[in-house]
Amino acid sequence: MELSIVLFLPAAAAVVALLLPQAQEHLARWVALAGAGASFVLSLVLFFRFDVNAEGYQFVERRTWVDIGEFNLQYFIGVDGLSMPLVVLTTFLTVASVLVSFNITFRPRLYFACLLVLATSVIGVFVALDFLLFFLMWELELFPMFLLIAIWGSGRKEYAATKFVLYTLFGSALLLVSILVLAFNAGTFDIEVLGQTDFQNTVIPLNLVFLLLMAGFAVKLPIVPFHTWLPDAHTNAPTAVSVMLAGVLLKMGGYGMIRMGVTMMPEQAANWDVWLAGLGVISVLYGAFVTLRQTDVKRLVAYSSVSHMGLVLLGIAALGDTGLTGATYQMVAHGLITGLLFVLIGLMYDRTHTREIANLGGLSRQMPLLATGLVFAGFGSLGLPAMAGFIAEVTVFLGAFDRFEWAVLLAIIGVVLSAGYVLWALQRVVFGPVKEEWNDLTDQRHWWEHSAVLGLAVLIVLLGVYPAILMDMINPAMEAVAARVVL
Amino acid sequence: MNALDVVGPQLIILIAAGLILLTEGIFGRYRRILPYIALAGLVASAAWTTSWVIRDDYQTIFDGTFSLDQYAVFFYYVFAGVTALVVLASVDWVDRVGRRQAEYYALVLTATAGLMFLAGARDLITIFIALELSSIPQYILAGWQKDRRSSEAGLKYLLLGAISSAVLLYGMALIYGFTGTTILPEIGRVIAAEGEENRALLIVAVTMLIAGFGFKMAVVPFQMWVPDVYQGAPTPVTAFLSVGSKAAAFAVVIRVFFEGLGADFISSDWANIFAVLAAVTMTVGNVMAIVQSDIKRMLGYSSVAQAGTFLIGLAAVSATGDGFTLGASAVLLFVAAYAFTNLGAFVAVIAISQRIGSDQIADYSGMWKRAPLLAAALAFCLISLTGIPPTAGFWAKLYIFNAGIHADLAWLVIIAVLNTVVSGYYYLGVVRQMFLGDTQERPFRVSPTIGVSLAVTTAGVLVFGILPAPLIDAAQEAVQIFAGQ
Repeated sequence: MELSIVLFLPAAAAVVALLLPQAQEHLARWVALAGAGASFVLSLVLFFRFDVNAEGYQFVERRTWVDIGEFNLQYFIGVDGLSMPLVVLTTFLTVASVLVSFNITFRPRLYFACLLVLATSVIGVFVALDFLLFFLMWELELFPMFLLIAIWGSGRKEYAATKFVLYTLFGSALLLVSILVLAFNAGTFDIEVLGQTDFQNTVIPLNLVFLLLMAGFAVKLPIVPFHTWLPDAHTNAPTAVSVMLAGVLLKMGGYGMIRMGVTMMPEQAANWDVWLAGLGVISVLYGAFVTLRQTDVKRLVAYSSVSHMGLVLLGIAALGDTGLTGATYQMVAHGLITGLLFVLIGLMYDRTHTREIANLGGLSRQMPLLATGLVFAGFGSLGLPAMAGFIAEVTVFLGAFDRFEWAVLLAIIGVVLSAGYVLWALQRVVFGPVKEEWNDLTDQRHWWEHSAVLGLAVLIVLLGVYPAILMDMINPAMEAVAARVVL
Repeated sequence: MNALDVVGPQLIILIAAGLILLTEGIFGRYRRILPYIALAGLVASAAWTTSWVIRDDYQTIFDGTFSLDQYAVFFYYVFAGVTALVVLASVDWVDRVGRRQAEYYALVLTATAGLMFLAGARDLITIFIALELSSIPQYILAGWQKDRRSSEAGLKYLLLGAISSAVLLYGMALIYGFTGTTILPEIGRVIAAEGEENRALLIVAVTMLIAGFGFKMAVVPFQMWVPDVYQGAPTPVTAFLSVGSKAAAFAVVIRVFFEGLGADFISSDWANIFAVLAAVTMTVGNVMAIVQSDIKRMLGYSSVAQAGTFLIGLAAVSATGDGFTLGASAVLLFVAAYAFTNLGAFVAVIAISQRIGSDQIADYSGMWKRAPLLAAALAFCLISLTGIPPTAGFWAKLYIFNAGIHADLAWLVIIAVLNTVVSGYYYLGVVRQMFLGDTQERPFRVSPTIGVSLAVTTAGVLVFGILPAPLIDAAQEAVQIFAGQ
């Protein structure tokens, strides 16, 4: 029951927000904050009640939804060590997104409703234990996202929104085929059962099913060469949507790769592991190189996401519990760090109305708080010790080193490059000669902005200095996954 | 008397049609009640159908040529619902055209009765007569507006329809020549017993039948008439054609092929033909829809693409569930979901084009600011056509793809899902225009009748999008009559 409340509270708040009378539309943000906040608090309660020593899924709820003939759909949800952190990440970033959107005045009811439905669908993806329910939630996210980018975005927003939807539709099309093939073979859509089935004689070769599935998720993660929608979507999306996109939507891809790809088809995962590792490294390096030459700060962070998500794939490709744990940790860490970066960039853009690096500079004088935040988040992004990103990267490298020494060595070049692009960007934006035109600006403005920034920063440090809080939860679940893989 | 009771649902619609003509002739001043007579007739028809469902005493009459069974009943409801919504959506337009109002409603009702006969027909000759009974009113309706476009539509539809009828008759004649009977279950028995050595002949006959019915189903390569007729015909008529006529074509195709040609050795052949047609139809329909600038033409091509998706269910004949054929039930589910969705889209187009006097997608710009609920309803129906939840279209697609996988047609399903992506592009194109485009035009309201039909269709799409179980259940019940064929 608790998990259902976490899942549907945002959607319920969305309905309330939509039903507000026009004269009260400014209340939509408070409705959204209440819904998202309550969902976060409750998910945090579940997080601490989660029994890390128990096997299998917890807080399980199972009801029949459609049960006719060959076609069964259950409302079946639950969490394990893999999904629990991602659920909390999602509810937390939803609160942060609502906070940074507090100044939205254009059609706030629809805006917050879209944002909240988006949150419900992402949480749904992480908690669904029925493959059809998973797919339904996966698709549900499309339309609110389309509207959010297309209506409240900037620049080439229509282009970016359409590109986002088409890429995602393409990915989910591949996904749907593999879902149906696997479910037909096993005779059930139950993810728990599917994760223990040894598939034989599927209607299309299992290796192909695996590749379709991974390609579907790779679009979302995104992995080169399926990544081109990401920079466009990020650059043109409003701040809160960038936070959600980088923070949690990308994680749907990594989550699916572990939960479906590796767990359901371990043999095929072992067949293709070198390729996955190779693609991961290509994403890391290509993403990093392209990031170096970006001139728009948002695009810069977007491409750095491609690079960081490559590490997730590398960790998954290692197919051991350490690598998988690292990949999951990296997803959480990247969600927080990049979320923070997008929040800060959004705040900066609100004031300066430019994201071109060439137009910025010396902001540390005019906006010391914002500049501090940017430096902090930048260090997090380049993997400074005592921050969450460092733990994640080290774990991924440890996990992958035994199996793909070459890949780790190459990926470390990517990390070096990340230090390059982060520091270079910071130097051009935050430091350097002071620009007179920004003299009137101040970073002291609203409590909601500060609280979003502070919350994210605290978590980044917490996960950097005390990783056990997550590791102890993720690792047992990943051991169970890795146990299925025979190398 | 029993026979009259069995065809009661059709008769009462025909009586309503007669009443409408009489009413205008005698009480010309009370024209405004004409659509409500039509609605009353449709409601009475549905009630009569329901009485048969309650009696649960399905029967075959007229020497086995016509039967009232769960399958026919499913379509009776679909047709009564579709026609009622079309009538509601026509009221404004008919008022505006002014002349021959009674004839319009009477023809729509006659066509509906024809469609209903088609759903229950179990005999080749009855099928042909029912097909003509439903087609001829539609030829007239397509040319109703008497302007150049509409006349062209009517004539084109008539000529191509006549040719396709001829091809269909030829196929039927071959079947009759081989089996010596026109009654479907008997055809099925003869073919199962001695058809195997004459497979080549049967394939020729099957090809003829597919070509003949293919015209009505609007599948490639028999879709040439679709864009012109859809664009030229009055929009309410287009809505009727794209939903009612298409649903009936699939109803009769399933009946003919499952009952008459269901023997294993031949069903694998026609399943292959349908699979190839499905792939080609989806792809051609979607690709052509992308480049359209007129929304009716776009919906025309999109309905061609949707017909391709329907065909997956026919190709999946070998997928059986527990006492029913999964493929056939998938088609029925799709028919119902598509009826709500496509009608909703067309009703919204009717409402918009009445107001702005244009069918150009570019003129839909900023529609969201002018009529928010209307734009939201149209967007919702387009989302359903794409197959994104929470809509009825999502379940229909999921279910039909599932049937495809069960029938070992993974290649076809892959083509189908990729086509979904293509369709997303042009459906969202309209949404983009409506929600993002700018406009200086004034807001407007829709008339109550259109509002009602729009509300019903959209609610249907949403309700079955969240709780699809009753619809899936009904579709599976309806096709149980084919079990064991």
